[in-house]
Amino acid sequence: MSLASVTDTKLSRRSILKGSAAAAGAFSFGFAIPFADEAQAQGAVPEVNAWVVIHPDDKVVIRIARSEMGQGTLTGLAQLVAEELDCDWAKVTTEYPTPGQNLARNRVWGNFSTGGSRGIRESNEYVRKGGAAARMMMVQAAADGWQVPAAECSVAKGVITHKASGRSIRYGEVAAAASKLQPPANVPLKDPKDWIIAGKPLKRLDTADKTTGKKVYGMDFKLPGMLNAAIKDCPVFGGKVKSFDAAKIKDMPGVKHVLPVGDSAIAVVADSWWHAKTALDALPITWDEGEHAKVSSESIAAWLKEGLDAPQAAVGNQNGDVKGAIANAARVIEQVYSYPFQNHACMEVMNATALYTAERCEVWTPTQNGEAALAAAAEASGLPLAKCEAYKIDLGGGFGRRGAVHDWVRQVVAIAKQIPGTPVKLIWSREEDMLHGRFHPVTQCKLTGALDKDGNLTGLHMRISGQSIVAGIFPQNIQNGRDPVVFQGLNPPGPEASIGYTVPNLLIDHAMRNPHVPPGFWRGVNLNQNAIYLECFIDELAHAAGKDPLGFRRALMKDHPKHLAVLNAAAEKAGWGTKAPEGVYRGICQTMGFGSYVAAVAEVSVDAGGKLKIHRIVAATDPGHAVNPAQIERQVEGSFVYGLSAALYGECTVKDGRMVEENFDSYQVMRMDEMPAVETVIVPSGGFWGGVGEPTIAVAAPAVLNAIFAATGKRVRNLPLKNTDLRKA
Amino acid sequence: MAKLSINGKTIDVAVEDDTPLLWVIREQIGLTGTKYGCGVAQCGACTVHIDGVATRSCTMPVSALTAEQKIVTIEGLSPDGNHPIQKAWIEHDVPQCGFCQSGMIMAAAALLQANPKPSDADIAAEMTNICRCGTYNRVKAAIKDVAAGGQLGRG
Ligand code: FES
Ligand code: FES
Repeated sequence: MSLASVTDTKLSRRSILKGSAAAAGAFSFGFAIPFADEAQAQGAVPEVNAWVVIHPDDKVVIRIARSEMGQGTLTGLAQLVAEELDCDWAKVTTEYPTPGQNLARNRVWGNFSTGGSRGIRESNEYVRKGGAAARMMMVQAAADGWQVPAAECSVAKGVITHKASGRSIRYGEVAAAASKLQPPANVPLKDPKDWIIAGKPLKRLDTADKTTGKKVYGMDFKLPGMLNAAIKDCPVFGGKVKSFDAAKIKDMPGVKHVLPVGDSAIAVVADSWWHAKTALDALPITWDEGEHAKVSSESIAAWLKEGLDAPQAAVGNQNGDVKGAIANAARVIEQVYSYPFQNHACMEVMNATALYTAERCEVWTPTQNGEAALAAAAEASGLPLAKCEAYKIDLGGGFGRRGAVHDWVRQVVAIAKQIPGTPVKLIWSREEDMLHGRFHPVTQCKLTGALDKDGNLTGLHMRISGQSIVAGIFPQNIQNGRDPVVFQGLNPPGPEASIGYTVPNLLIDHAMRNPHVPPGFWRGVNLNQNAIYLECFIDELAHAAGKDPLGFRRALMKDHPKHLAVLNAAAEKAGWGTKAPEGVYRGICQTMGFGSYVAAVAEVSVDAGGKLKIHRIVAATDPGHAVNPAQIERQVEGSFVYGLSAALYGECTVKDGRMVEENFDSYQVMRMDEMPAVETVIVPSGGFWGGVGEPTIAVAAPAVLNAIFAATGKRVRNLPLKNTDLRKA
Repeated sequence: MAKLSINGKTIDVAVEDDTPLLWVIREQIGLTGTKYGCGVAQCGACTVHIDGVATRSCTMPVSALTAEQKIVTIEGLSPDGNHPIQKAWIEHDVPQCGFCQSGMIMAAAALLQANPKPSDADIAAEMTNICRCGTYNRVKAAIKDVAAGGQLGRG
């Protein structure tokens, strides 16, 4: 099979040019079209299989289906393929197949979706098989050439050797022959203990261009003849445009078009984005804000509060008789917690470039799910999937914002459709990005704990009230009014996100209350607030029972050895039970989500003025297999910044139906001066594949909140922390 | 119309006076290594050097600049990415998504030029750029490495 046939003719530069009426003149893409450069520069280099292309000079190109957004999945997936391929890591590069190619080839690269910390854990088996099958074909091709049995040949670093005859040959020399062979039916994989590339703390493959400004993000992408668009959607979710006065701005510098986008937004298209934005800011628009204009954070909170005692609720986890346990308890502790809306606030705002003609619609965009971006482009353009293509660009942050919903792709296509043949790049302002997020859902939780006379936990009722992400995005997945994802970290024993405690009488249920604010999957998803609710409340119970928070937990964790092992690992490394430095206090917690077990110990101090300092966090994680420990450490640190930013400051407030916070001046995030030392303990126990990008985010906040209690005696139950005065009463 | 000195070249640009330097650099000059993150001097993604001083270009109107002031962007920091800060960034595998990193690197380079042996407190005070991926501890380690090597600044 030649690369040309792999690549599919519709991907060549020529066809893109042909589709672009505006593309005359000097041709300078700021961005390589997948595979096209290769095809032109190298002639037809055959692929060994869908995952592996080996050039005559031994350069190995590994194809990556998932998106790189900073989390390192590009490097991790390449390590897994290279491991089985037995190639020389120094010769490895990567490329992305496009969603259109995937469809055209019967989804040979599987799922493109990059979220839920699934990049590696969901695809590790088939990508490793891709690498292993390619190796077997290379060896077979060499053995055929030498007329010896393949079993007599060995491989190391891309060189095949037949020891008996003293012959050897490089991958680059046999790749063409290998590509003509039938793929093997039976593809055994290495035992992870034999790994030499995977499992090692290798450097990322994609760093150099990020240090020189050379790397092209979606915002930097250019097409010849391209125009630039700025957009304003009705600030009240669900509202519409009533009228706008295009005449007022049509003579402003650079303005080309003023276009409605759907019934709720207006875009200004200009020669530069700055001109587009400046004119848009001057454009008189009147909105029909609709009924949601009366909603506020207060009205939402009141509605959720009512759900805390509502008779109707979907059950997530249940055993024993919690009512009876509470009725017969020696002591009952009851508290209500809450967690606000959060914006993803990716460093790179939403953006996309589109080129539409009656025959074809193409989109270039940072996306966590290229196939979903393609589907959005097809839907918005009205063209069949086969006449559309989406080209992925590495993301300037994703965190869940760029995965399930592609609202910005629909917008750019709606704009491009009104100016056929002219490429257009849409960039949101930071303000637009803050007003039109897909927000971390808002919930409250009432926890009722029953202690016996010895301070043992005999019953626990956790009533969650609030928003369901699934109801907002995939309503078809709601089962009898139940959103299964709401119970992340609280589920019965299982491989994904189970509770780490055995409580004799347990009820965890959810009263769904969906405000008009569109929810989204936000790094860590529902594990964020569930871990705060449960782990801070467990801490409250331990103190009420007069017990050490670690010992109190251990007593409930006998049947949860993996949760317990990780908790112990964090406690031991942090020196739990030993004396902390003067004025420093510790907090501990554990949870499970995205297939991994995680725990943390935080050390904090609070000064007389109520100022918090987080000195150190020790985090332990068991993701089953650790594909790249160096990158896991970075994910743990990074997730703490994201999680703690939310816990300390993050809050999107609703007023008059819209979000109040419009930029980083009012939506503060953590900066370097607040960053604690982070020590990561990786304890992979093998036998399963857990995620890395998200699980640890959930233990940052509860560990810190529990340490704050230890330091001040104050329980912070309503996030963010900035709303609580930590001065000693 | 403005005359600017960018990365050692004098360039005429035809823009309105109030156009922020950031958008002149990105859209008129075509250097896209300098990023837009907030537009209100909060995040530092747009950091460039003006006469050696780290400056947030998103709130700097082009009319406030003269052709005598030397503007340096990430593309002009070193001829081939071998500034000590850039090398330390690679050594420490600092970037995650990388979007904030042009600004981080420019802020760090200016810091070390002015203060070759910064204390932790100096670093925390000067490095106020936002990184949503959370690379702060790696940024700090890389800066300290360069400081320890003493390759930069007047010191
Ligand atoms: S874009 Fe200039 S500081 Fe954020
Ligand atoms: S590396 Fe992604 S924002 Fe800093």
